[in-house]
Amino acid sequence: MEFFRYTKPIDFMGKAKYFGIFSLILVLSSWAIILIKGFNYGIDFAGGTVIQIKYDKKAPLEEIRKELSKVEKYKDATVTFFGSEQEVIIRTKGSSSEVTKDIGAEIKNILKATGNFEVRRVDMVGPKIGSELREKGLKATIFAVIGILLYLTFRFEWRFALASIIALIHDVSIALGAIALLSIPFNLDILAAILTILGYSLNDTIIVFDRIREELQKSKTNDLFTIINESITKTLSRTTLTSLTTFLVVFVLYLFGGEILKGFSLTLLIGIVVGTYSSIFVAAPILKWLGFDVKEYKEKLAQKKKREMEKEKLRAQFEQGVV
Amino acid sequence: MGKLNYRVVIFILAFLFGVIFSIPSLTQSESGKKITLGLDLQGGLHMLLGVKSDEAIKSSLKSILSTAKFELEKNDIVIDNVNIGKTSASFEILDEDEVQNALKILKDTIKDAQISVNKNIITISLNEEQIQQITQKAINQAVETIRNRLNQFGLAEPTVAKQGKDKILVEVPGVKTQEEKERIKALIAKPAHLQLMAIDEDRAARVNEMSEAEAKKYGDIILEDVKDPNVKYLVKAIPILDGSMLVDAKAVFDQNGQPIITFELNGEGAKIFANFTQKAAPTRARLAIVLDNKVYSAPHVNERIGGGRGQISGGFTINEANDIAIALRSGALLAPVYILSERSIGPSLGADSIRASFKALITGFVLVVIFMALYYGMAGVIADIALIANLFLILSIMSLFGATLTLPGMAGIVLTVGMAVDANVIINERIRELLREGKSIPKAIEDGYKNAFSAIWDANITTLIASTLLFFYGTGPIKGFAVTITIGILASMLTAILGTHGIYELLLPKIKKENLNFWFGIKV
Repeated sequence: MEFFRYTKPIDFMGKAKYFGIFSLILVLSSWAIILIKGFNYGIDFAGGTVIQIKYDKKAPLEEIRKELSKVEKYKDATVTFFGSEQEVIIRTKGSSSEVTKDIGAEIKNILKATGNFEVRRVDMVGPKIGSELREKGLKATIFAVIGILLYLTFRFEWRFALASIIALIHDVSIALGAIALLSIPFNLDILAAILTILGYSLNDTIIVFDRIREELQKSKTNDLFTIINESITKTLSRTTLTSLTTFLVVFVLYLFGGEILKGFSLTLLIGIVVGTYSSIFVAAPILKWLGFDVKEYKEKLAQKKKREMEKEKLRAQFEQGVV
Repeated sequence: MGKLNYRVVIFILAFLFGVIFSIPSLTQSESGKKITLGLDLQGGLHMLLGVKSDEAIKSSLKSILSTAKFELEKNDIVIDNVNIGKTSASFEILDEDEVQNALKILKDTIKDAQISVNKNIITISLNEEQIQQITQKAINQAVETIRNRLNQFGLAEPTVAKQGKDKILVEVPGVKTQEEKERIKALIAKPAHLQLMAIDEDRAARVNEMSEAEAKKYGDIILEDVKDPNVKYLVKAIPILDGSMLVDAKAVFDQNGQPIITFELNGEGAKIFANFTQKAAPTRARLAIVLDNKVYSAPHVNERIGGGRGQISGGFTINEANDIAIALRSGALLAPVYILSERSIGPSLGADSIRASFKALITGFVLVVIFMALYYGMAGVIADIALIANLFLILSIMSLFGATLTLPGMAGIVLTVGMAVDANVIINERIRELLREGKSIPKAIEDGYKNAFSAIWDANITTLIASTLLFFYGTGPIKGFAVTITIGILASMLTAILGTHGIYELLLPKIKKENLNFWFGIKV
């Protein structure tokens, strides 16, 4: 079976400007959403309490809200269905630090008039831990970006590294924008998803760049767009296939993986789509915009080769005892 | 068949390794190293506790003060106006002529605090280093004590460990019911401070009218009864002895079938106890048995009691009696603990999560396997074999390290299934490309692997950088995600690159130009 049979290069770069503008709009609006609407920080970072309970019948939301509103501590609690109509999530901003005051017991007592239920999960994060996790998460992301940037500069030309980082910022920005837009609770698992997108997006970009690097050495033309078109077309099959299998498994995870993994897998799904799009349409033209010149690159390459050959020659002469 | 090559041999060995060391985890056998399920999958209680170090500092100041008082009174120096602050305590020496003498005595006996003097007021203060020491001691002691208590509680493998500088991690898997959870939390938090105290019989009759301040004047304190807060006892503030002299405590039934706790004191405690009971017996004075500042009973002393045995009764249930006995045996907490964060998951939710994530894993796996086989023909099947080997390797490596599988960890495995075939996709595309260019089959395979390598390598390294940082900076279940992704990538280098290459070499003689569609899914 073949989806894309390579016959001749597809002209991706001809439309690069439009994709560039489209991406710019997406990124800017994502930033706007993040700035204006902000993230719905979950308890991992903001502190607070989440209680998940399951009734033996349909959960009486209104009654639950009524009973909770009578208690000072739970007055501002939000109550929503979770996964099914039998299950309910109660969220509050507060937390309690007393070991012997069990929240599960407290809720059982407050809601005892609402029917039979089971406390399935209590997550409580105090304010101190919340800020610690926030700091750690930020550190992890920054170090990851720096580490990857360093590695890429070492492996590729600096414009490649910079272009992939720009593509990365593009992908992560849009994913974050979507998280803010959809009000997905921003917890540790979402951070893990973002870091995964970071790796995945680079993965995709690198495969394309690797091919461009190869084509640069092989092809006779000095036109960057021709080379890019050739490279993207040749890797198109791989890009779509891997994205497809990855998307497939994450989509399955989204469907069957249970309610707790929903936010995580949704974030990944968005990241996979955006990452695939950017590695095909966005990452490569950035090279051109950064002033990458094929002729110059080839000359440098030739010079490097020449130097190496001269060195080799000198060494050979030295070994033969000519010098 | 082609020749047996080193690649395929390594691959088969790795596959066998994966299968053999996965067996204990897959069959959940008793013996062998296996994966532990995280609390989010098997249910349980996870708590991060802090220690109220200011209380530890206060109690350490108090004990320094009582030493000071004891030493000074021995030399007939009377002190008054005792004041205990956050990190220092002060008192007045009544006779100003004795100040220098008192200072000398204190400097000789108190080594772990600073002593300063201003007129007739002596201040004992703790410096930063001493405070740190006390805090660390309180945390270490709390870790030790809580661990002892939970180990005796009888649930499987609780974890109690110091985390960072000032936190205690408590993880108790397999907590089944709400009641059990509350019992565990009560057991953890119980100060378990046992004191045997003398009732101030001269003034006890007036206890209900007395204020705290008045009691203090007589060197007494007022304590409540454990069952009825309206019943009050006036006891001497300095206890006869405390739980530190206890060597054993047991929950037993008394002659009426009521659960009680019997305890046994060490030699020194027994001596003090005998001494006190001998003095108290003639007047039938009462002895209050005080646990965590509540009076459990206050029996009259009828005779001298040797042997250092005593009992606590208080209408306990057998569970309560058991838990108190455990707490007494494991020692008192120097400082109270409080919750920084708590996660508790019911066993039914854990089971649901396992079921759901397992279903996702199997479905995702089957879809990818079928897709690869359809798209690439035999090349896809070979990639599938590598994928299966990869899964076993992940499981076996996690088993050998005794790693914990969390829900995000399961998500990581699912994601690996999607990403691990990437290497094979890249390789297969390269082979197809070369075949279309008209290269011979062995050449296409050799060069396909060669051409694909740098891209696969760079892509994997960047993912590894991200997952490693996630491991070091992530916490709790998220670490599990980083672990499975990292192992998955590393294993895929072995299975997807080396393993499949070996299989091609082995099968090479069978691959014919006429059936490329069967082998690589293309018509040239």
